[in-house]
Amino acid sequence: MEGSCHFLEGNIRAKQRVIEIKQLLDDIGIGGERLEMYNLSSSEGTKWRDFTTEMTERIKKLGPNPLNLIEEASA
Amino acid sequence: MIVGTTKSIKELIGITDRYKKILAVGCGTCITVCYAGGEKEVAVAMAALRIARKLKGGELATRESTIKRQCEWEFVEELDSMVGEVDAILSFGCAAGIQSLADRYEKTPVLPGVNTQFIGMVQKQGRWEERCIGCGDCITHLTGGLCAVTRCPKGQLNESCGGETEDGKCEVNDSLECVWFTIAKRLQETGELEDAGTYVESKNWEASHSGGLRMIEKESMLQ
Repeated sequence: MEGSCHFLEGNIRAKQRVIEIKQLLDDIGIGGERLEMYNLSSSEGTKWRDFTTEMTERIKKLGPNPLNLIEEASA
Repeated sequence: MIVGTTKSIKELIGITDRYKKILAVGCGTCITVCYAGGEKEVAVAMAALRIARKLKGGELATRESTIKRQCEWEFVEELDSMVGEVDAILSFGCAAGIQSLADRYEKTPVLPGVNTQFIGMVQKQGRWEERCIGCGDCITHLTGGLCAVTRCPKGQLNESCGGETEDGKCEVNDSLECVWFTIAKRLQETGELEDAGTYVESKNWEASHSGGLRMIEKESMLQ
């Protein structure tokens, strides 16, 4: 849960860092939507399933990392 | 300390666009402490630049080195053997660092990776505040050790403008304490409140940057 972290403010700081890295990924052309942060506890299996399903569907829609496509093409 | 902020990746992409081999130089002192241009920030920025270049179909070769201080020759010299191999140097130091690299390596373009902001201090983790504008004529002995020249947005020299809130917040920016409110409180605590009435005449700004480029020579230390 946000704010409820073993490291006190750890997940709030992490949230801000994820926002910054998403912006960085947008700026360099990889796309910030490839990164997401979810909050859940170790007992929330259903949530875990929902989040991973959501992320898997998103990544499938986005396709492979464009950097990998360039590296494969030049290999 | 000197406080700075890393330039945005978009700006760095534009600045470095025409170069193929870049030496990125971090600074291990002030700019490391404000998370703008230390070893870690240089590594992140350069990885981002390499990826961005690759996505545009180009190649960018980078070398990274974070020296102790970019503003002192004895540390800058450590870069001598690396500079010959690159098209440009991207400095993640403050403006003093950037310029010392430009002075030393005349044949290599030197680019700024950091925007130098101010002389300040770490107020708390993640927050830096300006404390000095380098006016060259310190009068904080009259103001409880606090600099009204820097910390009052109106630069009030002798007293508050009268616009502070009842709890001592600045009317220009309510995230700031009115420095004159704080000065009065401090002088009261130290029993020197009468100093708050010391009239400070108009400052002589010749000692500041308004007088042009400044230089200091200490005779006893000159060789």
